[in-house]
Amino acid sequence: MITLNRDRLLIHKDQDVVILRNRVKEYATKIGMGLVNQTKLITGTSELVRNMLRYAQGGEVLIEVVSRGRENGIRLTFSDRGPGIADLDKAMQDGFSTGRSLGLGLPGTKRLMSEFSIKSAPGEGTTVTVIKWKNG
Amino acid sequence: MKASTIKMLQSKKEQIIELWMENQMEDPTLREDLMSNEDLRVQSIELIDTLLHTLNEGNSTQVESQDFEPVFEILAGISLSRARQGYTPRETATFIFSLKDAIFSVLGENISDLSLLNQELLEVSKLIDSLGIVTFETFIQGREEVILRQTDEIAEISTPIIRVWDGIIALPIIGTLDSARTQIVMENLLVEIVNSESSIAILDISGVPAVDSLVAQHLIKTVSATRLMGAECIISGIRPEIAQTIVHLGIDLSSIITKATLASALRQAFTMLQLEVTKVRKDKKV
Repeated sequence: MITLNRDRLLIHKDQDVVILRNRVKEYATKIGMGLVNQTKLITGTSELVRNMLRYAQGGEVLIEVVSRGRENGIRLTFSDRGPGIADLDKAMQDGFSTGRSLGLGLPGTKRLMSEFSIKSAPGEGTTVTVIKWKNG
Repeated sequence: MKASTIKMLQSKKEQIIELWMENQMEDPTLREDLMSNEDLRVQSIELIDTLLHTLNEGNSTQVESQDFEPVFEILAGISLSRARQGYTPRETATFIFSLKDAIFSVLGENISDLSLLNQELLEVSKLIDSLGIVTFETFIQGREEVILRQTDEIAEISTPIIRVWDGIIALPIIGTLDSARTQIVMENLLVEIVNSESSIAILDISGVPAVDSLVAQHLIKTVSATRLMGAECIISGIRPEIAQTIVHLGIDLSSIITKATLASALRQAFTMLQLEVTKVRKDKKV
């Protein structure tokens, strides 16, 4: 996989969600992603960044344009230094939430994205990496 | 700073003010359109007075000390009012930094001992730099207040409620639906349902860029609250890509009446109220 472009954004407050979403949309449009995939990518971004704000009071998002073979895509890396997730299996279940939300953020995002990986341990923060391929 | 130096500065106050005013007048960034020279002089004198009054041998190197509170207060006031008047950061910074030149030249004229002069210059420089930082902090704070006020205004104007028919109200939502917006939307909607004695409310989300689980949760809450008031709520403006995303996310909106367009939502509302819209035939034979 080759990284073509790289952009880093710090997330501290609710307003940053809009800035990030617009930035992601810009890159997605640039590589010619269709409207449906774009909406999926942006919605997933929105879920993850909201989690970051809610549970870790912010963090950092790395936006990359990646290419594998003939396919282009967007890779996003969300990293925070929050409390971390104690039970990852549980967190990936539909309807499980420690914060009185719908509990769809993580499992839903996994369904929206082409590739999804999460690393987290209590006290060590959380890193979520997702890829959405242009036609994936 | 030596007590003698401070005393000397205090006695040369008039000269410092004159020099400072001169510096400010000469500066090409002077904004005579925003503030008259008289007002500028009053501000400058007030600041110098308080600064020289506060300064003593012990505190000149400790800007964080309580003694400087009054100076900071004046500075904060000046810089807040400048932020609101539309001064640029450079213009506001120039105001305080041009004082440095004035004090430097007075010190240079009156202290002959070079090593002492050097030391005093450094201290004055540090002092004014920290005053400059305070000015900046409050300037930015002033700007942020302006931004916050605008945010509030946008939230206010972006939630108009339209009476489309007797008993039917519509509410177009534009922009991101966050917790604060939802609160405003829900309040306005519920109040308007009572005021207009409406039984159907249409929430149009054509203008919402992305519907994630938080937005969906807010929508569900709004619908539940509307139902508690005895009215029915229809959500319209669900675009194809949003429909697909909602399904993938796994959000269940099946308990809510949803429509693709405002027109079909209105048609549904008419049906629910047992109203019928028909074409009038002009060539009707009697």
